[in-house]
Amino acid sequence: MNASHEGFAQLKFRDPVRARGLSETLARVAQEIGRNPVSIMHVCGSHEQAIARFGLRATLPRNLNVIMGPGCPVCITDVPEVDEGVALARQGVRIATYGDMVRVPGTVMSLADAQAEGARVDVVYSVAQAVELARQSPEPIVFFATGFETTAVATAAAVLADPPSNFFVLSAHKYIPPVMEIVAEMPNTRVEGFLAAGHAATITGWGVFEPFVARQKLPVVVAGFEPLDILAGLVKLVELIRDRAVSVENMYPRCVTKEGNLRAQEQLWRVFRPIGGRWRGIAHVPNGNLRLRDEYAQLDARKQFEVDVTGLWDYAPPALVHECICGDIMAGIKSPTDCALFGKECVPHSPVGACMVSSEGTCKIWHQYGGHPDLSSHSGGYGAVCTR
Amino acid sequence: MCLGVPGRVVEVNGLLAIVDFWGVRKEIRLEVVDEPVQPGDYILNHVGYAIRRIPTGEVDATLALYEELLAHSEREDDLMAADITSEIQGAGDERKP
Repeated sequence: MNASHEGFAQLKFRDPVRARGLSETLARVAQEIGRNPVSIMHVCGSHEQAIARFGLRATLPRNLNVIMGPGCPVCITDVPEVDEGVALARQGVRIATYGDMVRVPGTVMSLADAQAEGARVDVVYSVAQAVELARQSPEPIVFFATGFETTAVATAAAVLADPPSNFFVLSAHKYIPPVMEIVAEMPNTRVEGFLAAGHAATITGWGVFEPFVARQKLPVVVAGFEPLDILAGLVKLVELIRDRAVSVENMYPRCVTKEGNLRAQEQLWRVFRPIGGRWRGIAHVPNGNLRLRDEYAQLDARKQFEVDVTGLWDYAPPALVHECICGDIMAGIKSPTDCALFGKECVPHSPVGACMVSSEGTCKIWHQYGGHPDLSSHSGGYGAVCTR
Repeated sequence: MCLGVPGRVVEVNGLLAIVDFWGVRKEIRLEVVDEPVQPGDYILNHVGYAIRRIPTGEVDATLALYEELLAHSEREDDLMAADITSEIQGAGDERKP
């Protein structure tokens, strides 16, 4: 075997043999904890997607409860923030935003609903495309900016790159580290450790979790997104729980360093300041929202437009929304299958709650991939294999 | 929107790079990445911005794996490729690229 083949063998992040080996290790270590259940939380839609897509949930030990926390940026964008975008769109302002934001329900309607009524909403892959739209257009373009620090750095870079004067930002960006404290302190959560998102940590560095670990006395493992990355991260985290060790471990060193991407952090904090605000279904999160600093007021849609959300509230909100348990799902207290609406009134093409909208939302992912399949059951059928 | 996608840099013009993602070529901005990027490098892309240059040693093997995965299944049927292609073409969740 030559050198490149050895490298190839070592780096098979999807190698089934290694995956099986890691699964067995995970089962053994989880067994050694000797309690049922052991709950751990990840805070990343990409982790949930990979867990579901590669069928990892079916291989997890039964006493290990892997919960998806508030890790979907679409799902935690609060209703009033969606309302601001919808109100602007209905006032005739052209909105550009990410594709997954378009169908997220606000108090009475989503941006897609506003679009159906004639509002102009452009789907962009990148804030750079929104800037380009503004360059080509004489009219104002408001970029409805959502997402965590990984996405916020892109908005910051666009703001700093001298955009045209008809480009504005409506920031609903969120910052992950503070919400982990909120979840850790929730009385009903039994979370014993966190699997942190490798890509957010690429920006912030794993060092950002040290104060959290010291305060909350809970271990954190930074993990990547391939099946082996996730399994290895879970093994490490369960080992830490077994050993009652409280530390941060970096299992994604090919992308994550202790200090992170300093250039990105410099741009992020030059443009944004953290303020407290609500996350949909979670709570008020101190320092969890990112808003443009006053130096960039000329680009801030909240300062440059009259955003009249009260005009929307003449409509009655859809009654079903009251039955939605997205909040408890994102807090890790309940599973999608605990919701009476899941798969019935609430489906991907007609979502009631935000978790059913995005490809990173827990409900959408469970609806698409079947949640927590019980492979030992032979009863078959979609409903039957969803044991939780 | 939050999917991080690795790709190979084909061309660099100042702060703009052309990056190849499984055959889809996109313009990617370089304002955020903290190391110089050259053609042939691999970067981690988030919403059109490179956030990390991925050390080369790790990449060949990873990419070979992706290729292997694509070779094993019809391209359109590959969930990851489909998600990512739709994502980087800016389509919403339910829209076909």
